[in-house]
Amino acid sequence: MSSIPMEYYLILSAFMFTVGVAGVLIRRNAIVVFMCIELMLNSANLSLVTFSSYLGNSIGQVFVFFVMTVAAAEAAVGLAIIIAIFRNKKSVNIDEINIFKW
Amino acid sequence: MINYIYLTTLLPLLGFVINGLFGRKIKNERIVGIIGSATVGLSFLIVLDAFIQTLGLPVEERSNTVNLFTWLSVGGLHIQFAYLVDQLSLTMSLIVTGVGFLIHVYSIGYMRGDKGIWRFFAYLNLFIFAMMNLVLGDNFVVLFLGWEGVGLCSYLLIGFWYDRKFEKGTTSQAAKKAFVVNRIGDFGFLLGMFLIYMTFDSLNFKEVFARAQAFPVAESTFGLIALFLFIGATGKSAQIPLFVWLPDAMAGPTPVSALIHAATMVTAGVYMVSRTSILFASAPAIMTVVAVVGALTALMAATIGLVQNDIKKVLAYSTVSQLGYMFLAAGVGAFSASIFHVMTHAFFKALLFLGAGSVIHGMHDEQNIQKYGGLKKYMPKTYATFFIAALAISGVPGLAGFFSKDEILWNAYSNGGFVFWLIGAVTALMTAFYMFRLVSLTFYGHERFDHHHVHPHESPAVMTVPLMILAFLSVVGGYIGLPKVFAGEHGNLFENWLEPIYAPAQEKLAMYSSSTHLEEILLMSISVALALYGIYFALHVYRKNPKIAENFANRFKGLYKLLLNKYFVDEVYEAAVVQPIQKGSEKVLWKFTDAKLIDGTVNGAATIVDKISGVIRKVQTGVAQSYALIMVAGIALVLLWLILSL
Amino acid sequence: MEQNLLLTYLLFTPVVGSVLVLFFRNEQKQLARWFGLIVSFVAFVISLVIYFRFDPANPQFQFIHQVTWIKSLNISYHVGVDGISLLLVLLTTFLTPLTLLSTWKAIEKNVKMFTFSMLFLEAGMLGVFISLDIFLFYIFWEAMLIPMYFIIGIWGGERRIYASLKFFIYTMFGSLLMLVAIIWLTVYASGMLGKFTTSLVDLYKVGPTIPHQIQGWMFGAFFLSFAIKVPIFPLHTWLPDAHVEAPTAGSVILAGVLLKMGTYGLIRFCLPLFPQSAVQYAPLVSVLAVIGIIYGALVSMVQTDMKKLVAYSSVSHLGFVVLGIFAMTVESVQGAVIQMINHGLSTGALFLLVGILYERTHRRDIAFYGGIAKIVPLYATILMIASLSSIGLPGLNGFIGEFLILLGSFKSPVLNSWWFTIFAATGVIFAAVYLLWMYQRIVFGEVKNEELKHELTDMNLREMIVMVPILFFIVWIGVYPNTFLKLTEASTQSILQQVGTYTVNLLK
Repeated sequence: MSSIPMEYYLILSAFMFTVGVAGVLIRRNAIVVFMCIELMLNSANLSLVTFSSYLGNSIGQVFVFFVMTVAAAEAAVGLAIIIAIFRNKKSVNIDEINIFKW
Repeated sequence: MINYIYLTTLLPLLGFVINGLFGRKIKNERIVGIIGSATVGLSFLIVLDAFIQTLGLPVEERSNTVNLFTWLSVGGLHIQFAYLVDQLSLTMSLIVTGVGFLIHVYSIGYMRGDKGIWRFFAYLNLFIFAMMNLVLGDNFVVLFLGWEGVGLCSYLLIGFWYDRKFEKGTTSQAAKKAFVVNRIGDFGFLLGMFLIYMTFDSLNFKEVFARAQAFPVAESTFGLIALFLFIGATGKSAQIPLFVWLPDAMAGPTPVSALIHAATMVTAGVYMVSRTSILFASAPAIMTVVAVVGALTALMAATIGLVQNDIKKVLAYSTVSQLGYMFLAAGVGAFSASIFHVMTHAFFKALLFLGAGSVIHGMHDEQNIQKYGGLKKYMPKTYATFFIAALAISGVPGLAGFFSKDEILWNAYSNGGFVFWLIGAVTALMTAFYMFRLVSLTFYGHERFDHHHVHPHESPAVMTVPLMILAFLSVVGGYIGLPKVFAGEHGNLFENWLEPIYAPAQEKLAMYSSSTHLEEILLMSISVALALYGIYFALHVYRKNPKIAENFANRFKGLYKLLLNKYFVDEVYEAAVVQPIQKGSEKVLWKFTDAKLIDGTVNGAATIVDKISGVIRKVQTGVAQSYALIMVAGIALVLLWLILSL
Repeated sequence: MEQNLLLTYLLFTPVVGSVLVLFFRNEQKQLARWFGLIVSFVAFVISLVIYFRFDPANPQFQFIHQVTWIKSLNISYHVGVDGISLLLVLLTTFLTPLTLLSTWKAIEKNVKMFTFSMLFLEAGMLGVFISLDIFLFYIFWEAMLIPMYFIIGIWGGERRIYASLKFFIYTMFGSLLMLVAIIWLTVYASGMLGKFTTSLVDLYKVGPTIPHQIQGWMFGAFFLSFAIKVPIFPLHTWLPDAHVEAPTAGSVILAGVLLKMGTYGLIRFCLPLFPQSAVQYAPLVSVLAVIGIIYGALVSMVQTDMKKLVAYSSVSHLGFVVLGIFAMTVESVQGAVIQMINHGLSTGALFLLVGILYERTHRRDIAFYGGIAKIVPLYATILMIASLSSIGLPGLNGFIGEFLILLGSFKSPVLNSWWFTIFAATGVIFAAVYLLWMYQRIVFGEVKNEELKHELTDMNLREMIVMVPILFFIVWIGVYPNTFLKLTEASTQSILQQVGTYTVNLLK
């Protein structure tokens, strides 16, 4: 385990997070945006697990469980919304979903 | 019956309510008429009884107050709804209910077959109610109630035939004009009342008059009070400059013209001036104004009357002119002479109008005297009574008009001055002329109407009997006011009767110059001669040589036009007052000030906020991703700053 | 202190009613109408009970009910009435059932919500008149905007959105200034009295001690808020829009009661709270009032829309009321209070009558009508009486108010000039012009449009039931005003006394 330095994990995590952020900012497909959010959450999870292992305490891992639960709930609700929108508008392009804008 | 005097207002009110609410349901119009007339007739009997009772009282006790209820009680202001029964109010009440009753009876015949007859009698009754309040009120506010009330009835009755045309407009326009012009006068009256209340701390007649003698009040204050009140009087009694409504008021049915616009309502101003004689007497300058306005009105209206062709118009201007006489009398301090003339005028002018109504009735609503002629043989009773009235108004000795007119002229001379007398005498000449012009064109000469369509006929008895009664009064009515030169120092019964009312004012004026009897008789002879000449001339011209009138009109075309168009006063008012106010209100006040300036500012403020927000709102694109981008960039910057500051 | 629950019953009757009506089904239109009518009638009965138990000789507030509400700020639910507010409460409870009855046929859309709004509005108006706690007052003052906003916005005419928004924002703008002033006032009072208080009775003692300059600002903030509501020239432009677009019921309540809240506020707050400033600015305010009288009348004269004409006439009539209040004599203030009632009755009647025509023909432009006296004689008669009352004919109610106001202002030591009265009195002339002209054009003459013959029918029983009580009071006030003047005399005097004691020096 100690053979791989912690920095590697953190760099991977940072890279994943950046990909996530960029995806959320740039992409227009709601599903992709949604996956990017998941990516960001998981990159955070990765960091938490890394620190937990490095510091030898389990708090970080507990956090990860919480994040995963929330992410799961979010995925369920979010996907449901996206499906509902798709049924109505036949599209998941977020630029077209603007009927609430005044 | 003095204590039951309130019945004289209550009964007509009852008549108004009955006819007003249920009149439409009463199919028999005779019943409507009888209800309307009976209430006024009963009122007359009550007034008569109160009059007789008052006559029996010693002079000091002849002024009685009948309290009904407290009308207004606010702070220091206490207005009782109370009636003052004294010599003056009884005299006026007798005229109002007496002549009023005759005209009600006459109306049963005149208005027969009109669908709105119930409405007509309801309004007439309401008028009597208001008029009685006006003359009986024991304070300014009750007087004002009647004052505005008669104005309302006048409005309702002028516009009675609301769907008819009248001259260039409609009857309802004439009605509105009457009400509005009256309101201008009322505006003055209101201010007068306020000033009286402020000065004397009361609006009760007796208190105000007592305090007017007791309080040290500046003459200028009296002057303003009298001026304000007189503005009120000019409105109601059709004097310069507010006389314009009265000729138009002829749009109403003829009995209305007789009752309201000749015998009673228009004399309200004279009554008011006479009632407040002490206030006027305390303001000599305004007395002169009253006399001058009265004299000018008398003269001006008489000149217009010379050339009018509508029978009612001639009588209307004659009324304005006679009212001018009354104000001339009041203005020179002869208050009792002015009331005397109110009375005789009520007799003969009501008679003239009713006679005119009888003619119009018989001529199928034709009012142009150029289309009459030779009616004497068709309507002998109307002719006879009309002739008597014309003699009376012209001032032929022995008839009612002579005594009152002579009294006024004499007072104008002895208290006012020669000019006033001269104007009065010239007016008398013109009055005689236009009255007999009217008589000639209507009853003499050849028949100028279309025999195929018009079948002149005498009116029924219900109309002619009131004419005869009034004719009788026009003959004998003057003998209660014989001039002193004939009857001796205390021979003028009418003046003696009213004397206590005017005593304070007379004391203040302290005049009665030392003119001789000879002078009086001389002046009287001159005025009688003038009147007789006027009659002769009119008969000569219009009966025998109508060419003279034509030639005259042709030679003085400008003057004729001026008179025929009533000095263009209506047109001037229209152009100088009505139009500017109306156009100004519409164009300047409404469309510009209100819509553009004020509302523009309000909406402008809203628009500015809207515009600024429009600019700022662009920051809020509503695209979540761009918000996120800004957020990320912000976080990045913060992180950078943290790292750099380490 | 002894608690009297009557006012609370009165206030909560429409509140409870408005909540209950929400449980109805949308289709139960007739039921909702009857329910609204009965509830508002019950409120009227309660207010009558209060009237009969009221002691007019006592200038203090009566029927007081006080319950602590927000303890930390000493804010309490505190209600009570004196003669002035009682009269306005009676006007409110009197007009509301009549107004509801008048909408029987006119409102078909969402009757349930309409009834709710009207009852809620009634509660708000009553609250304004009976609150003795300035915080409570403010809540009602604002709360009553909401139902009115909906009444105009939902059941109004074509431009209803514009009108309701304008009404709402304009009045709101004024209220916010008042809120700032209220906060300042209460904070200042807590400094003076040692405890935070919003009780009006306490504030009466504090107000006059505010330093002169600041008091001027306070007065200004309160005044502006009330002036918009009255409305005083030149803050009046929301009124014609609101009136024209509002449904008949809205116009009646707006003219009848809502505008009186402004003038009531002037009497209840501006005068006794800031007597020195009130006296100082009285001439200025009176100038605005007199301009309003003449301006409103002249603009009214040239209107082509009946409702707008009546709306502008309100500006003119309320100018009289403001003049009366700021002349600060017993006569003029009593006249002003009576004139508030008069205006509620006569202008309310005029709006109802215009509404009756509108219901039948859906036209409001004067030019369309003409000669309707032949078709609807009864209507013509009633319109005549209502117009005459508005013109101020002696014997009807309008005269009493105008006469007292003008008389009082003429001798007012505060105004100290006749010119106010002289100019104001010209309004009496113009009133005759614009109303009689309108009357002539609508009622007299030949029948102008053939359509009128088919569409117009004379007043039915329900409409007579609405109009007759109003006419009854129009005559009553004209003939025997003492019934009402007595009610307000003691209260008026006590308010003027409050002003007088603090301003004796100013007047010299």
